[in-house]
Amino acid sequence: MCSQLRYLLLSALLVLALGCGTGGIGSSSSGSQTLTVFAAASLTGAFTQIGKEFEAAHQGVKVVNSFAGSQDLVEQMHQGAPADVFASADEKNMQKAIDYGLVEKDSPRTFVRNHLVVVTPRDDQKVRSLEDLSAPGAKVVLASQEVPVGNYTMQFLDLASRDPQLGNDFKQKVLANVVSYEDNVKAVLQKVTLGEADAGVVYSSDAATAPRDKVSTIEIPDAYNVTASYPIAIVKNSKHGDLARQYVEFVLSARGQTILKQYGFIPVGKAK
Amino acid sequence: MSDGEMMQTQVEEISTSEVAYTPSAGRRTRYLRHLGLIIASAPMVLFLAIPMIALVAQAPLEEIIARLTDRQVSMAIALSVYTTITTTCVTVALGTPLAYLMARYRFRGKKMLDTLIDLPLVLPPSAAGIALLLTFGRHGILGERLADLGLQIPFTPLAVVLAQTFVSAPFYIRATMNGIASVDSSLEEAGMVDGAGTLRLFWSITFPLARVAMISGAIMTWARALGEFGATIIFAGNFPGRTQTIPIAIYLGFNINLESAVVLSSILLCASFGVIMIVKWALKQSVTRADIY
Repeated sequence: MCSQLRYLLLSALLVLALGCGTGGIGSSSSGSQTLTVFAAASLTGAFTQIGKEFEAAHQGVKVVNSFAGSQDLVEQMHQGAPADVFASADEKNMQKAIDYGLVEKDSPRTFVRNHLVVVTPRDDQKVRSLEDLSAPGAKVVLASQEVPVGNYTMQFLDLASRDPQLGNDFKQKVLANVVSYEDNVKAVLQKVTLGEADAGVVYSSDAATAPRDKVSTIEIPDAYNVTASYPIAIVKNSKHGDLARQYVEFVLSARGQTILKQYGFIPVGKAK
Repeated sequence: MSDGEMMQTQVEEISTSEVAYTPSAGRRTRYLRHLGLIIASAPMVLFLAIPMIALVAQAPLEEIIARLTDRQVSMAIALSVYTTITTTCVTVALGTPLAYLMARYRFRGKKMLDTLIDLPLVLPPSAAGIALLLTFGRHGILGERLADLGLQIPFTPLAVVLAQTFVSAPFYIRATMNGIASVDSSLEEAGMVDGAGTLRLFWSITFPLARVAMISGAIMTWARALGEFGATIIFAGNFPGRTQTIPIAIYLGFNINLESAVVLSSILLCASFGVIMIVKWALKQSVTRADIY
């Protein structure tokens, strides 16, 4: 969970910093290689499986995933955390990685897309349609604007407010219902799963991982949905450049895309 | 080091403390003798101090002042101030009787209760947040009944106070237990013979003697509550002005840019440092005054 991560962050940075000083843990052992993948929290399920299959296809290779908010990952790398591959949930944070000099400008490639859905607790359905999001008294949980999905949610609300059926005060009314701006998208889903909130806005990939007996999904029409593009890149300082390249190729391969689709993502080339 | 040498150092240590008021020459040799201890302590001091300095050094004063007027920052500070004060008051009000019970009586299951009091210290705060959500949440053990009464705790400042109290109360209870236990119970018995009631006894005998421990404990509870993050973000969520305390604002600030997080952290650091120093100074003053009279 993200809050735990935050506590671990400082100690992790320290350990990693020490690791750098001594040449990196495990990098010297011959034969076996460790590929470190920094990936956005929403990729947790899909990248865990991709990592396993990549390991199976490459003998002696171990894939270590570090999942956190994209902005956390960029800061960690900026502060010296060693990574080989970086997969971001948005272009903004990839741009930040380029600005920091962590990633070559032409390295990032869009590998998957995601869009937003509304999730509600299955047994207590106060919210049954998009309109209900703005009904007084509904408890809505959104992701904080500081994280990519929160940003997309605001864009969705802006677009939806242009629909005369929902009304141009739709965004305003929805925001009045917000009880919490969670620090990451999984926390939004969790609050809805627990029934603490009547509705939340998450990625379709998150909704796909939710227990079906507890969470129902309301689709957001394409007209006001926001498509998130996920870029992946090889980190400049990677000690395993070739392996990192192979990993990125695998993510973009038919098999990689199939796995991502299973986890609720939209494979590249299909959307838009 | 041979036994003879060791004995010598011990002897000297005693003799130097006796001549503590001799002029600087004596003091200098005393420092020299303790050089080994000072060198051995240095790594820990540096380890604690350098990150703090690194943090404050990154935050220029004018930026701190500029950020203080930022609406979201000032709301976070205000919320942190009033929730932590509430938490400290609640802890003192409800923790003191428990501490008294633990310090003065023997009963079955006391060991278990003692461990229970320590438990929040070991429990990761995020686990505490989940536990609170499963207790006071809409579908929680108690929350379901409270919801029927129209009281919903998650996402409210009350949830912030509950989260803070849960993780920080043990500091006060533990300190107060030790403070009360160190007060000679025969003094209380004497008061009882004179016919004083329990409250009166506590107020006029136990509290004055245990107050340094109790106040220090309350300050530790306050400080822990001020820094509380994990349980709060899970149980109370994040809403500016309602549940967004300083630590949560720091974490979210870190997500946008490091600078704003650094500034907020520095504010938190300086405020806590100031308050703890002032309380320690005041306590010392009151103790010395009591010694004189």
